Amino acid sequence: MSFFRIVVAVLVVVIVAALGLFVWIISGPGPMDFAGGTRVALADYHGPDPTGVPASLAHADLVKRGEYLATVADCDICHTSKGGCQYAGGFAITIPFGTIYSSNITPDKDTGIGNYSDADFLNAVRRGIRRDGARLYPAMIYPTYSHMSDADALAIKAYLFSLAPVRATTRANTLVFPFNQRWALGLWSAFFNADTRFQPNTARSPAWNRGAYLSEALAHCGECHSPRTLAYSTDNRNKFAGAVAAGWKAYNITGDAGTGIGAWSDADLLAYLSQGHAMGHGTASGVMGEVVDVTFGHMAPEDIRAVMTYIRTVPAVTSTDLPATLAPPAPASPKQGVVANAFGKHIFEGACAACHGWTGQSPISAFATLTGARAVNDPSAINVAQIVITGTHRKTPAGVLSMPAFGTSFSDTDIAAVANYVTARFGAKGSELSVKDIADLRRQTEQP
Amino acid sequence: MSAVAELAPSRRALLASGLAGSFVFAFHVPVAGAAIVNGAVVNDIEGVLPEPGPFAPNAFIRIDTMGKTTLVMPQVEMGQGVYTSIPMILAEELDADWNSIALEHAPPNEKLYANPVLTVQATGNSNSVRAFWMPLRKAAAQSRALLVAAAAKQWNVDPDTCTTDSGKVIHNASNRVLTYGELASSANGTPPANPPLKQPKDFRLIGKPLKRLDTPTKTNGRTIYGIDVMLPGMKFATHAACPHFGGKVAHVDDSAAKKIPGVQQIVVLDDLVAVIGDHMWAAKSGLDALRIEWDPGPNGHVDSALIRADIMKASEQNGLVAKKIGNAHKALAQGDTFEAHYEMPFLAHATMEPMNCTVHLTKDSCEIWTGTQIVARVQTTAAATAGLPLEKVIVHNHIIGGGFGRRLEPDMVVKAVRVAKHVDGPVKIVWTREEDIQHDLYRPLYYDRLTATLKDGRIDGWHHRITGSSVVARWLPPAFKAFHGIDFDEIDSAVDMPYAIPNFIVEMVRREPPAVPTGFWRGVGPNNNVFAIESFIDELARKAGKDPVEFRRSMLTKTPRLLAALDLAAEKSGWGTPLPPRQGRGVSVQVSFASFIATVAHVEVDEGGDVKLHRLTTAVDTGIAVNPDTIVAQLQGGMIFGATAALHGEITIKQGRVEQSNFNDYRMLRIDEAPAIDVHLIKSGEAPGGIGETGATTAPPAIRNAIYAATGIPLRRMPVDREVLAGRKQP
Amino acid sequence: MPFELHINGEARTVDVPPDMPLLWVLRDVLGLTGTKFGCGVALCGACTVHIDGKPVRSCLLPASAVGNRAVTTIEAIGATAIGAKVQKAWLDIEVIQCGYCQSGQIMSAAALLAATPNPDDSDIDAAMSGNICRCGTYVRIREAIKRAAKAPAGEHI
Ligand code: FES
Ligand code: FES
Repeated sequence: MSFFRIVVAVLVVVIVAALGLFVWIISGPGPMDFAGGTRVALADYHGPDPTGVPASLAHADLVKRGEYLATVADCDICHTSKGGCQYAGGFAITIPFGTIYSSNITPDKDTGIGNYSDADFLNAVRRGIRRDGARLYPAMIYPTYSHMSDADALAIKAYLFSLAPVRATTRANTLVFPFNQRWALGLWSAFFNADTRFQPNTARSPAWNRGAYLSEALAHCGECHSPRTLAYSTDNRNKFAGAVAAGWKAYNITGDAGTGIGAWSDADLLAYLSQGHAMGHGTASGVMGEVVDVTFGHMAPEDIRAVMTYIRTVPAVTSTDLPATLAPPAPASPKQGVVANAFGKHIFEGACAACHGWTGQSPISAFATLTGARAVNDPSAINVAQIVITGTHRKTPAGVLSMPAFGTSFSDTDIAAVANYVTARFGAKGSELSVKDIADLRRQTEQP
Repeated sequence: MSAVAELAPSRRALLASGLAGSFVFAFHVPVAGAAIVNGAVVNDIEGVLPEPGPFAPNAFIRIDTMGKTTLVMPQVEMGQGVYTSIPMILAEELDADWNSIALEHAPPNEKLYANPVLTVQATGNSNSVRAFWMPLRKAAAQSRALLVAAAAKQWNVDPDTCTTDSGKVIHNASNRVLTYGELASSANGTPPANPPLKQPKDFRLIGKPLKRLDTPTKTNGRTIYGIDVMLPGMKFATHAACPHFGGKVAHVDDSAAKKIPGVQQIVVLDDLVAVIGDHMWAAKSGLDALRIEWDPGPNGHVDSALIRADIMKASEQNGLVAKKIGNAHKALAQGDTFEAHYEMPFLAHATMEPMNCTVHLTKDSCEIWTGTQIVARVQTTAAATAGLPLEKVIVHNHIIGGGFGRRLEPDMVVKAVRVAKHVDGPVKIVWTREEDIQHDLYRPLYYDRLTATLKDGRIDGWHHRITGSSVVARWLPPAFKAFHGIDFDEIDSAVDMPYAIPNFIVEMVRREPPAVPTGFWRGVGPNNNVFAIESFIDELARKAGKDPVEFRRSMLTKTPRLLAALDLAAEKSGWGTPLPPRQGRGVSVQVSFASFIATVAHVEVDEGGDVKLHRLTTAVDTGIAVNPDTIVAQLQGGMIFGATAALHGEITIKQGRVEQSNFNDYRMLRIDEAPAIDVHLIKSGEAPGGIGETGATTAPPAIRNAIYAATGIPLRRMPVDREVLAGRKQP
Repeated sequence: MPFELHINGEARTVDVPPDMPLLWVLRDVLGLTGTKFGCGVALCGACTVHIDGKPVRSCLLPASAVGNRAVTTIEAIGATAIGAKVQKAWLDIEVIQCGYCQSGQIMSAAALLAATPNPDDSDIDAAMSGNICRCGTYVRIREAIKRAAKAPAGEHI
């Protein structure tokens, strides 16, 4: 065979492989395909309407209903910057190719969405097309919101338009070529945004359908908890199997007993979603902490239950990177249990031990107990490092819950050492974070 | 010395200068404040004045008919042990019975209790024992003479045939004895102008490691600090001042705060918001629940980078010449010159007891409870703020939970009185730690330029230009004016640095940082100067190819007391003996606060750039050691204070506000980071020097030089940058 | 709604918000000011008290969470043999400077000795590193803990 033929052969193989991979990705299942059954258009569904607001708000005015839906859709977290005005944008989402800044969605005519017609709004929210025709990055999760009913989307618009306009020009993104080419996003959504409304599943219960609508059209669990394909679409073959999002680890919430939430009781799950804490399962912090405070904390109990009903049916996937059994409490004496990593211990004994205890069971607050928390049982230690860096400040029903941020005074060496010590002492398998890992984690949560 | 050189006031020069003249004795002063009786703090919260004994010959001593000897403390106890050393000095010359003495805080009175050196009623500058040493001995000796005279009169014998011992006058010949209590009512003559003072060999108390009088109640929670004051009907408050220096309150939404149980009142002033409640928790929760919008004011753009650029620029111009010997410029023009710049950051005091002040303001009276280093200034400022005449303001001073210079400022009192104007009844305002760190008066940021030339292995020419804020200009204007714009503190330990250098010039450039208020901080000026000089000396030694100790020895010919300290520290620290890789020893010497100190630090630097302090060895000649154990304790503590600054201390500015907030981002050295510390006292018959601040001054350069020895990296900025030591960042 | 606390052997009834930390109940409601406020975020140890003999930072511990466990503060620690030994050692070694942190230091040290009668340096580091002393009395604290450990039991001030 001549050299030329070899080259051609290799090329052919490569191209076929690439095509195959691409087809494999775009032929991936939709978010609710796992459930089987038959799905019908909302209009043809005879069960109770899975969309809209809970019974308690049935007779509330449009703005009130929109407020509830906006809360469930969690617009606040991404469209409000640290210390900035609510919904005025400027929140930084840092990805490897640069930073994307969320936009101002207050009704300001020049810098916000004050000039959006209903059609403009639906276009932006469900198809990712801005009023000026520019394509939005999927950081704005229109593939998810595309499941939203017109009525609900417009109720949200009515709520946003009821707010005081805030003048705040959206910061320019800092993406590198080719990712700064917005037109390319047209292609992307052609493949990855089905742009179809939610279709109830006749084979499932009303609660399941309500839960599915809340989770898939509004609360968007999958955006963080499902891994992503090479094409950045959510990988529904591993739905809810866990992923890293916004610098934090979103854990496996499938029914897997060891590495998912299969072993959680309904009571635990309810407590975790509504208060951000469940005995023996740790405390929600970082992004999930905000989600609890901003979203679940304000949801009608029956809606939270519906979400649980739905999540429970997602097929179990085992996360191979997580230990299946969680570590028990560590010994009371620092001399027993993990003794390696003296430097990590030194950081821990000064800054952490008083609140978290040497056993991992906090003498002060159940919220500060490390024992049983997924984060300390995760050998990647991503969330442990992140909370040390950024701290947390949550207003929970049980009062203000806060941990100071150590990121500015502790070096990357310190933080790596203490995270590795904590996961080794209180978790099932110690982490091996490096100084560079910490620097990367800092970058991902930075709000410049 | 040239004429210019006279402009160079060292603190010792200042003591001799006209500024030191305002010390006056007086008789029968009223007494107020807390008293320590046999070591137990008795606080007269209601301001009841203990009965002054019939024998009250001066502002410091009174003895009642039972023989109880009450000593009024012109300096406040903030941990430095002055409530033991000052009584020792008085009791020594008075020959009082050590077990029958009681202590009281001095009431505000500039005339009676001004510190002879500072000329104001202030405790600071490591000056308590130094400044009061002679005046108190004289006052006590005068009192003793009066008691002896009274006894001699009764017995009608020659006073010179009488002796005294622990509260008694004795006539050996006839072995008659009268107690001071028995003589209290009759000893009312005029005291001799210059009574004989004891010879050091005759000291019974001075020089002995006596137990401190203030510590027993500090072991069982009975000591009442300002923050512990409790009054009937008292309300509790905390506040948030605009975090941006010079900013204002723009808008306050208190709807949520009002709903917090226990919140009584929300006071909004132009630059701060206070919440008054049933207890601190209500006030604190109320404050958290407030939605306050701040107007950053004129300084919103100020940040650390801008401030640094500004001071670096300022340091390029010529400054006022503070001292000049020989011809530095000529010397520097010849031979090869070596130049280095050193930088010190802003630092907060972070006293363990957060700022606090309790005020009871009525339309014609103001009563204040707080712990302060400047009780008289607190009274005048409170009077001015309240718009009341001085005599209407009563100040109760307290044992202080950490001063370090922070409580040389009355700002916490001013804020409290401003809030109290809107509150009826007594209110205690306690600052949160966040407020305490973000609204300090910070140790100034300094930029030092040093240039030198070497001639046959010794320094021939020396130029030192210090650029920074002048705290004295704001705090003690007369002293600033008296020296024509030279701040005696900013140049302290630079103009009188210990080395014999033939051609020498020190300049000072006053540069106030934009926005950031500055104040005295433990170690004051010498903190900066000793660091810059001793760091530079180490770099010069390396340039000259000399051992750092040898290099220093060769130039300490004019200061034998320091040379002796250096030799002792070197010997005790095992200087020169081999160390494992990544470990090093560094030395630092200083003549500061009239004490001669040499310190050797032994450190280890790991690959990650973290610094482990193994040992600090210090030798000190501080003259007569009134209470030797206190001196050791002050050096141990001071060196931890200095090490904290060297390893962790930095206040940074962004948008005109401090970025740090609590111990998570403003780190303190902890026990597991603390090195072993050896302090060696050198016996001396000289007058006592100051000690409280010397440890904070001596540790950082020694540590820095030890890191230099361990890694070869000459750090020029504090605090230690671990990224630099790890090789991840350029110095 | 009022509830009972067991402090230094006495039952005290308090009526405070459920999330109110024990520190402020002790200081502002019950007038036990020996327990100090230093940071409010469990980083300095000034507020350390004993709950059933274990050291706890009272600045973050909600009073309502104490239940019927026994609270001991600096005012009463001298009544325990170990507490008295620690206080004595503190005075023998002359540990204290300003004293503001020392209530917490003594409470932490007493708890350490109760759990570990003969602590070595690493035990001391582990138990005492949460207690900041701005005056820098660490060297003497270490020495005093070792002295107290050696002192014969039941020795009082
Ligand atoms: S006040 Fe509780 S640890 Fe500082
Ligand atoms: S003795 Fe002052 S803080 Fe510890």
